[in-house]
Amino acid sequence: MKKKKSSNVVKYNRWGYIFLIPFFVTFIVFQLIPLFGTFWNSFFENYRSGRQQIGPNFIGIENFKTIITSGLIWKYARNTLIMWVLGFVPQIFFSLLLGAWFSDKRLSIKASGFFKTVIYLPNLIMASAFAMLFFTLFSEGGPVNSILVNLHILKEPFAFLNDIAATRGLVGLMNFVMWFGNTTLLLLAGMLGIDPSLYEAAEVDGATSTQKFFRITLPILKPILVYVVITSLIGGLQMFDVPSVLTNGKGNPMETSMTLIMYLNNHLYSKNFGLAGTVSVLLFLITGILSFIVFKVSNEKNVK
Amino acid sequence: MKNNTTSKGLGIHTRRAIAYIILILLSFFCLIWFFILFINATRANSELGTGFTIVPGTYLLKNWETMIHRPIPIVRGMFNSLFVATMSAILCTYFSSMTAYAIHAYEFKARKAVFTLILMIMTIPTQVSALGFIQLIGNIGLRDSHWALILPSIAAPVTFFYMKQYMDSTLPLSLIEAARIDGAGEFKIFNTMVVPLMKPAIAVQAIFCFVGSWNNFFVPTLVLDTETKKTLPILIAELRNTDWATFDMGAVYMSIAFSIFPVIIVYLILSKHIVGGMTLGGVKG
Repeated sequence: MKKKKSSNVVKYNRWGYIFLIPFFVTFIVFQLIPLFGTFWNSFFENYRSGRQQIGPNFIGIENFKTIITSGLIWKYARNTLIMWVLGFVPQIFFSLLLGAWFSDKRLSIKASGFFKTVIYLPNLIMASAFAMLFFTLFSEGGPVNSILVNLHILKEPFAFLNDIAATRGLVGLMNFVMWFGNTTLLLLAGMLGIDPSLYEAAEVDGATSTQKFFRITLPILKPILVYVVITSLIGGLQMFDVPSVLTNGKGNPMETSMTLIMYLNNHLYSKNFGLAGTVSVLLFLITGILSFIVFKVSNEKNVK
Repeated sequence: MKNNTTSKGLGIHTRRAIAYIILILLSFFCLIWFFILFINATRANSELGTGFTIVPGTYLLKNWETMIHRPIPIVRGMFNSLFVATMSAILCTYFSSMTAYAIHAYEFKARKAVFTLILMIMTIPTQVSALGFIQLIGNIGLRDSHWALILPSIAAPVTFFYMKQYMDSTLPLSLIEAARIDGAGEFKIFNTMVVPLMKPAIAVQAIFCFVGSWNNFFVPTLVLDTETKKTLPILIAELRNTDWATFDMGAVYMSIAFSIFPVIIVYLILSKHIVGGMTLGGVKG
């Protein structure tokens, strides 16, 4: 009897593999093979020079040497990092603040559903359309300049997109507006999971809400915070839509808002597959390292 | 604010007032752009040159007409986007449920390894395999086809993860056993019992898949070449590409509004599910 049952289970469990087929066939065809294809390309000289096709010729790691010694990739990595920080610092600050307020029962924010709905809204907006919108709003003859001049904050229209700091700042601002609602909801869920008796005990001891935040909330939230920082950094490395549409793919002024993925995209468009492959491999390695840290941290969380 | 602690801290009323002021300011910062967009989409090109006003204009319909008669096929793009996003959402939620069900309901040997593998796949950005992807779809004849954007959504690790979490909390194995005793086949159990039980999760994830596909820009620009096949984000970027001086700005604002406002309206109708669903999937991820 027992034996019969276990063979039945085995019979059923074969279905586990069958149900996995669509996922893995799709993954292998559309992701894994392309990934190896990309790596393969990085070892070949393969580009167009005018009308002439050069390669593909196997050249080992020459492409990597070219990319790393040209210095451009460092410049674009720096741009990407600067614009990420400009968006991320206000994002994490306001997300922590809002999360603490929403989860504070004594503060009992009214209409918190309304506020959550509003701050999450920009996250769903098409990034390219949002960037296009900012481009028109902040253009020299656009409404923002018109408002600032009318309010006498500016004497004459300011060309935001000809200014390095203003352009990077706008990208940071857009990333902030698009992502802080998302981060707030993540952190809030973490904060709501904290045992309320901890706060009650602290209140009995006369702790202020600031002390409660720094001594209880932050330490307990640390794993989620690390998760948020790293996943946001991984997302930041993929920054493309916003700066690309805002600057028409050129990263103006003087390529100071050119990101790593825009660099990759330029190689894809000019059909320099060797260098495009190389940039992809480097991005893959960086993302891999960052993801490894996330796995480490989230495993620690599970052990606890 | 945080430095502002006396021995007793700020009074609860002061803190509440500060909280409301900051919340209102942040909400303002989230919405003002869309407000200006709406106003400007209702004004004529000539009015737009004279500066911003808070009162809407009367050119809404005229801007609409100018927009649809422009060479950039925005309305066509909307239908392309709708098709790609809807098909992606259907395939993504159905097959992610299936993958999650495989891990949830069956105790095969490689189960744990497969689960970890899918989580690792989740961390690979699509951009890094983009080069191989366009070469591949060129080889298999999917270049310039919407299916090149739709089919990959069958393997969606993030959706899979959410579905798995949802099954852990709502789908007892005893229910499946009972169906087996009644003589139902495995496929039938999945299609007629599991999928209907997963409806709430499928609804939430369908929205996220839809929006993700709707907003997708990087890969579609590399895949689609024919003007009438292009999706909205590509056409919006083309708008940025064209010569500015000759442009009817009213129509430009109209085009942006056309690609943003439908999503906002759907979001406002479904916001309860979206905001709740986002946290459920996110935190555990």
